[in-house]
Amino acid sequence: MRKKIGILAVLLGFFILVTFPLWHSVGMRHSLEPPNLVLPANQKNCVMPVAYMRSSHMFLLLNWRELVVRHDQHTFRSFDGKSYNMSLTGTCLGCHNKQQFCDRCHTYMGVQTPNCFNCHVDPMALRGGMR
Amino acid sequence: MNITRKQFLGLAGASILVAVSGKQVLAELEGERQDGKPRPRKQYAMIVDTRKCSTLPDCTKCIDACNSSHNVPVIPNPEHEIKWIWKEEVANVFEAQQIPYLETTLKERATIVLCNHCDNPPCVRVCPTGATWKREEDGIVMMDWHRCIGCRYCMAACPYGSRSFNWIDPRTELKVLNPAFPTRTKGVVEKCVFCYERLALGQGPACAEVCPAKALIFGDLNDPQSEVRKMLGSGLTLRRRPSLGTGPNIYYIL
Amino acid sequence: MFMLEKAVTGSRKYWTWISALLLVILVAFYYYMRQFDYGLGLTGMGRNISWGLYIGQFTFMVGVAASAVMVVLPYYLHDHKEFHRMTILGELLAVASVVVCMLFIFVDIGQPMRILNVLLYPQFHSVMFWDMASLSGYLLLNIIITLAALHAEQKGLPVARWVRYVILLSIPWAVSIHTVTAFLYAGLPGRPFWLTAIMAPRFLASAFASGPALLILLCMLVRRLTGYDVGRKAIDALAVIITYAMAMNVFFLSLEIFTAYYSRIPDLTEDFNNLYLGIGPHSTLLPWGRASIVLMVISLGMLLLPRLRRNHVTLVVACVVTYLALWIDKGICLVVGGFMPSPFGFVSRYVPTFPEVMITVGVYAIGILMVTVLYKVTLAVKAADPTQFAYVPEDKHKATPAVGTLAATEVK
Repeated sequence: MRKKIGILAVLLGFFILVTFPLWHSVGMRHSLEPPNLVLPANQKNCVMPVAYMRSSHMFLLLNWRELVVRHDQHTFRSFDGKSYNMSLTGTCLGCHNKQQFCDRCHTYMGVQTPNCFNCHVDPMALRGGMR
Repeated sequence: MNITRKQFLGLAGASILVAVSGKQVLAELEGERQDGKPRPRKQYAMIVDTRKCSTLPDCTKCIDACNSSHNVPVIPNPEHEIKWIWKEEVANVFEAQQIPYLETTLKERATIVLCNHCDNPPCVRVCPTGATWKREEDGIVMMDWHRCIGCRYCMAACPYGSRSFNWIDPRTELKVLNPAFPTRTKGVVEKCVFCYERLALGQGPACAEVCPAKALIFGDLNDPQSEVRKMLGSGLTLRRRPSLGTGPNIYYIL
Repeated sequence: MFMLEKAVTGSRKYWTWISALLLVILVAFYYYMRQFDYGLGLTGMGRNISWGLYIGQFTFMVGVAASAVMVVLPYYLHDHKEFHRMTILGELLAVASVVVCMLFIFVDIGQPMRILNVLLYPQFHSVMFWDMASLSGYLLLNIIITLAALHAEQKGLPVARWVRYVILLSIPWAVSIHTVTAFLYAGLPGRPFWLTAIMAPRFLASAFASGPALLILLCMLVRRLTGYDVGRKAIDALAVIITYAMAMNVFFLSLEIFTAYYSRIPDLTEDFNNLYLGIGPHSTLLPWGRASIVLMVISLGMLLLPRLRRNHVTLVVACVVTYLALWIDKGICLVVGGFMPSPFGFVSRYVPTFPEVMITVGVYAIGILMVTVLYKVTLAVKAADPTQFAYVPEDKHKATPAVGTLAATEVK
């Protein structure tokens, strides 16, 4: 009998542990409202169509990284025929505000921000006196 | 020994296969690329004229320019230092050429040291991930800080002490950031990359550009009309530890 | 399948030992997390001495792993039956040692999250790639061999024929892992201390002395704790092997010293001066270098005298001295000494920090835990056959036919 209780207790503990993601958010305040993303005021188009950027911006960035660092290619010809310098800080963050765009969406989606900014500098935060 | 035609063809095919794969293995071991065809390529090099450099003994303009444009931190702990371009005493740089009767001022004369962008770089040979490689188009020994795993094999392989490892997070030691160039993260190796980012914009390396004594001369060795070629042709220059066969591309005028 | 159920039943003493090891591992894990967080600046390494305790231990333990071949080769290739009861203990020690090696590499990596880049972008011109390949292959071979041997033992059958071919393959493979590890060092142009063709043979000689010395100590410990006796003949035979290997090692080292001091090339003499005579104000390696020489002489002296070698009390002392001498020589002096003097002629100071030492101890604790559990399982399997725990003369053993005899029958 005592053994039975022990086994049941361990099973219960295991059950609580595996269902942790479900119950730990109970009682936390969650908003279903979409994040308030601040879009660049001076530009209408991104380097690729919005749908592509939404789903695959990381692939584009990794591709840029490979071309610039490993193949010494620096110019990106966009879908509408414009040329861009392939640069995260220069081009992307030249228009987008990291905190009001990248971070807000990543937080809302619960996607961990990749470690780009361990090295790459956010120029707007720098101007604001932050590092 | 009798041999049928089928056997002969089979044998011939097999030997060709062995020969070709053997050659590829050898080429790999030599660190050569597989595509073979010689391409028109540059080999960037630099001449350090220590006579001109020593006219301004307290000058650190080249070092400062490099540090600020590449976000190289100045770390007080000498064992954790990050150095792309720095000063060393002549006697320590050219140990083999030491002459006991040389005047102390000349022995202690500071000279500029940086990555030698070798023709045959040992660091590239040993790197297990391809995080450092020699660029075919201009001979720069490049680094990909996204790929480096921080094993430090390249530091053991470099005979010139040109490589620095980020023992700590460099951002904690950086007071000013240049947004145009990334910092590095802790746990990767870094070194001089001959200002590849400025070369892409048609500019020369920052150190050579700011040198008030014009002691750093940068150019392409494959161009017979370049200033470096003319200088190397007209007077004796030294390289660091040439007998190791690494083919360093930084030349010194003492 | 893995017979691990035999590892979770044991005496109070067994569990106390396991908990103590787990505690050490836990403490080491805390320090590793600190290193992970802060960076390798937490260790005593620096820009001039960029490899230290971790890579030294890695190099030394590759030798211990490779040395299993010193019991596998005589037993399977030459049918030396006296190693019958010892071989699997040697192979299991190899398994644990390879895991320890891999962990030492892992804790030394600056960006451990990117470690898979070695596989994602393999560079065939890097010796490190081949070292990784040979070590993983050796681990796999030894796991297959020990599992198959244990299963065979459980069923009371000789090991399957295909396993014997795997064992045959493991013999040159063991030599390869330490050769490739020597190539990590011996191919670098700017480090004269390492740039020597005798590096691989010297590595093998020191490995074939230190590994079997550890194995003898473990076998004696096992006999005292469990009553399982590998047999006097096995220990005596292994002691002879250690003697030869140690003599070779001392011979190779003296060759290095001759070349350096007779040629008087400063690049060469400076490195040995640094270890044995001291240069500059920071002679951190001097006491270690001298200690290793003294211990090597004592070890060789004790091993060469048959009376001391055959007496198992003095043999234990000889094994401890041998192990210590070679651990200092390879685990400390060889790697750190190669970085002195630096490319600019400076001799830097290297003293491992407390967290660094703790992480090292923790990695070894993982290895000891593995040896404990693996030996426990093996001895439990063997306990099913009670004759194994009482000493029986070798000739009465129904030993499995060795590969040598197998090959002989196949030739005709």
